[in-house]
Parts: sequence; C-alpha cells; structure tokens
Amino acid sequence: MFGNAIILALREIRRNVLRSSLTILGIVIGVGAVITMVTIGEGATAKVQADIQKLGSNMLQVFRGQGFGGPGGARSSAPPFTMDDVEAIRNEINGVRAVAPTAGTATQAIYGNSNWSTQVTGSDDQYISVRDWPLTTGRNFSESEVRAGAAVCILGETVKRELFGQEDPLGASIRLAKLSCQVIGVLSAKGQSSFGQDQDDLVLLPLRTVQRRMTGNSDVGSMMVSARDGVATEKVQADLERLMRERRKIRMGADDDFTVRDLKEISSAMTSTTRVLTTLLAAVAAVSLLVGGVGIMNIMLVSVTERTREIGTRLAVGAMASDVLLQFLIEAVTLAAFGGIIGIVLGLSAGALATHAFQVPFVLNMGVVMLSFAFSAAVGIIFGYFPAQRAAQLDPIEALRHE
Amino acid sequence: MTGMPATPTPVIELSQVSKIYGHGEGEVRALRGIDLRINAGEFVAVMGPSGSGKSTCMNVLGCLDTPTGGTYKFLGVPVGSMNADQRALLRRNYLGFVFQGFNLLSRTTALENVELPLVYRHVPKEQRRALARKALQEVGLAGRESHVPSQLSGGQQQRVAIARAIVSTPQVLFADEPTGNLDTATSAEIMKLLTGLNEQRGITIAMVTHEPDIASWTRRIVRFRDGNIESDQVNEPVREL
Repeated sequence: MFGNAIILALREIRRNVLRSSLTILGIVIGVGAVITMVTIGEGATAKVQADIQKLGSNMLQVFRGQGFGGPGGARSSAPPFTMDDVEAIRNEINGVRAVAPTAGTATQAIYGNSNWSTQVTGSDDQYISVRDWPLTTGRNFSESEVRAGAAVCILGETVKRELFGQEDPLGASIRLAKLSCQVIGVLSAKGQSSFGQDQDDLVLLPLRTVQRRMTGNSDVGSMMVSARDGVATEKVQADLERLMRERRKIRMGADDDFTVRDLKEISSAMTSTTRVLTTLLAAVAAVSLLVGGVGIMNIMLVSVTERTREIGTRLAVGAMASDVLLQFLIEAVTLAAFGGIIGIVLGLSAGALATHAFQVPFVLNMGVVMLSFAFSAAVGIIFGYFPAQRAAQLDPIEALRHE
Repeated sequence: MTGMPATPTPVIELSQVSKIYGHGEGEVRALRGIDLRINAGEFVAVMGPSGSGKSTCMNVLGCLDTPTGGTYKFLGVPVGSMNADQRALLRRNYLGFVFQGFNLLSRTTALENVELPLVYRHVPKEQRRALARKALQEVGLAGRESHVPSQLSGGQQQRVAIARAIVSTPQVLFADEPTGNLDTATSAEIMKLLTGLNEQRGITIAMVTHEPDIASWTRRIVRFRDGNIESDQVNEPVREL
C-alpha cells in the first residue's frame, strides 16, 4: 500500500511539473530568505561583540569634557589630565590592574620613500596590557624609556604595512614630523572598530616623548583604566568619578567636566542595536516566508477543483479514501521536503556569501533553519492535504461532479 | 458465487430503492422506490428524460452514491450496510465505469490511465503494463500507449476510458452517457465496442442514455420517468454498420 502511494505520488509530481515547481519555489523563497537574513543579522551581532572584546576587557576610559564631545564642545574647554592624575588613580583606587595615559596627535610617518599619514599615541609601558593588545614582534617600552622620553616607537599593523611592506621594521628609524625614532615593536592586527575606524593605524610612543617633542605641553588627553579580574567595573567607575571630582575640585552639585566610560555599557548598547537589526531582518524575512506560504496556498487551492475530480475518478476505479490520502500526503511531504532542503542550501549559501562580503562571521542558527523549514512544510502539507482529505470523504459521484 | 448456474444469476437486485436529495422544502425525490433486477451477461439501456432519475439510479448501482432507502444486493450481498472502504473494494474488484466526460487523468499517458485500477489492486508492475497494453489493444488503440488525453480525439479518449474500465475484468460495466460527447459515427464505434465486450467477454453492461439510437444497440431498455420505472422491455438489437 505504501509503495503504491509513493509510485502514485511521484507520478503526480512528475506530471504536474509546473504546479510542483511553483509550490517548491514558494517554500524555497520562504526558507531561503529567513535563513539568509538571520545569518547576516547573527553574523553582525557576533562581529560587534568580537569588536568590543578587542577593545580590551574590563576597561574604563576617562575623557575630559562631557559626552562624546565634538569640536569646540565642552571637551576642549575642560582642563586636561596630568601624569599626577594617572599616579593618583594607580595609588588610590583599589581593584585597578593598570592605568595608561594617552596623548595623541596626527602626523606624517616617513620611512625611505614611503610616507603615511597616521595617528601618534603617547602612552607608557602599560598601554598594551590595558588594551589587551599583544605584540607580534619586538618588545614593549622599558621603564627607563618611558621615564626618559626616548625616541622609540611601536607600530600598528597598518603603519608597518604601509611603510615597510614585507621588510622587517625592527631597528629601523622612521621620521615622525621632526622626530626620528627607532622601531622596537609591532602590534598585532586588531582590525576595524565597531565604529569603522582602523585601530591598527597608529604609532605608539612613550608619552613623554610625544609631550616634549611633538605637542609641546604636558597634557594627558585621556586615561585608560583596566580593572582587575573579578572586580566590578561599576565600583571602579564610581571610585574614579569620586577621585577625579576631588582632584579637579568640582563643587558639590556641579556637573563633572570629565567622563568615565565603561566599555561594557558601549558593548551592551551596540549589542542591543544589532539585536534590533537582526529582529528587523528576521521580520522582513518572515514576510517573505508568509508570501511564500500564500504562494503555496494559492497553487494548492487553485488546483483543488481539478484535483477533486481526479479524486472522484480514483475513487470510482476502486481507490479507498485512505489510498488517496496517503498519496496526497506523500506528495505534499515530498514537495515540502524538496523545497525545504533547496531553501536551506540556498539560504545558507547566500548567508555564507553575504557574511563573507560584509566580513562578519558566519553563524549557523539551527533553530531558525528548523523553524522556517517547519513553517513552510506545514503550509505545504496543510494546503496540499486538507482539501484532498475533504474531497476523499465525499461520495465519489460528488467529487466527480465538483465544479 | 462459484460454479456456473444454468439459470440467469441476478448480479444486481434493487428493491424499493429510493434516493432523496436535500431536505425540507428543497427536498428532491430522485428515486421513488425502484425494483430492478439485472442478470449476468445482460446489456441494459437505462433511458428517460432529464431529471427522471436514471443517472441517480446508475450512480447507486455503481456504488458511487448511497441510496436513502430500500435494499441493493450486489451478487446477493446487501450493499446498504457496507462502509465507504467496503464499497471501494467492491468497485475495485467487480465494477468498471465509463463516463460521459471520460474522466481520464490529464497529463497522464493512456497506458498509465489504464493501469490505474490495477495499481489499486496491487498488481505487480510488469503484469500491470502487460494487461494495460492488452486492454488498449482490445479497444483499438495499440500504438497510442504514450499519448496523453489532450493528444487524443474524443472517441479515442472514450476508448481509453473503456480500456480502463475493462482492464480489471469487471463483473459489471456501468456507462453513463458514454456517447454523450461524441458524434454519430464515433458513437456507433463505441457502441460496437461495448456490444463486442458484452457478447465476447460476457461482461454485464448497464448504460444510461437519452438517445434512442444508442439504446437500440442493447437487448433490454428500462425507461425512467419522475423517479419511477415507466417500462422495462426486451429489445432486438440493431446490427448496423
């Protein structure tokens, strides 16, 4: 009985190529769209999370001014930090693993015939530890180099590539404005930040070198504070705010003229933004799934008249209702499975291509794959099977006369 | 039903069979208590004007429709108490149908159409093919096995339908206006075919028609009027063409 039903179902699919392929197409589009969209969305989320991880773990940043600042905003009018502030944080706040001051300026880096416009960051030997940013080659600044303001530098991956190409930069001298300095190390590649900024486009120098030889002042632009593992960043943030208010003599009730930013906050904000994006994509995809479902439904319902008469004929020549139903069920399941599998393959391929193009990781969400497959299959089966079930319950003559 | 009895065996026996469609005001009494016997080997024409109940009677006889009242015995077995599956088995094993509209499966080859009843009888593939080929040959369609209905003329489609009806060697062949959609010459060919099946293979045939020309091919004519049998006469079949 089962074998017969399979023969009849396959024969039916084969002789109705157009109807079968339209049904399959509906399922393919529905399943494919959902999987593609969700794969892209999840890839973006994973990328954002990885990027934030790259900034350094348990890290707090202290800026002057309020908010994200802008040209001529509160940031430029607020007094800068000094090395004393850095020392104070190091000595007075518990749970701090490392503090790195930074002062930056934009400049030209020149080596031989190569010339690259980049960002110079002055800091100390703690910088790479705070930012959790290992060197690929060479060494960190020594304490004496930091103290003395030696003419040594560590290159970001982009600067190294632009100036040296395949050449080994260690020991070479590059020129930064009027300063000639020796390359002692190269940072590993971090890639783009979530804000689309190339994090590897920098030259790291001892802070004092930058202050004396480039900016000509003793300002510290911002500070990076890394909390010890297991210490709540919230507590460190509160302590930092209290200490800085005290040191900057801000009266009770007056606003801060500095900002302590916990990267975790940014992280969760970014993550929830991409979550919204993923949800949005999934919603768009759900619409295509629905449209695919309506397509399947249409094809099935349009053929109900023809199929009802066919069922009448089959009953007249001796088929039992159960023979007919089994055949229709196998037909619907076969089409749904075909469509679903093609949809999954296409969806995952499109997702893989898209994530590759957008340079985000490929994340496989089996739940969504199963869900979209189940939905399309259910639509295909319900609209393929239930009209047939109704027809098979009729007296054969009623099915034969169906208009 | 083993052995060959000398006296005619009633294949079909209706007593006081009625069929009522709808209920209340819109009630239609299509059959008002019919008594009818058809013996093995008969070729019966059922005639009557539209709405006389002849088609309803045929559908009841073919177990395509269920009577409202009375008893219907097929080969002595009451059909009224059968469920849908048992009636399906009865159609599968004893009955063949030819319809006015042919009712072939579209986009399906003649051979596959003829095979269909055998598929439901679970006949193995090779045997099914051979029987279907033989049936097509018998109705004069050898060589058209792979044609689909849309590639065949009306007369040829009806031949395919007849081949499908006889492929499972039924006890009774029911034909509902088998020539209703065909021209005179083609109708005559179809009637010749049916007569041959009746005489050579001994298949009992019950045929609904409203054309006296067509009915005159048979050996018995039952006339319906207003849900009752008006007359039941022996006919001397014409042998034209």
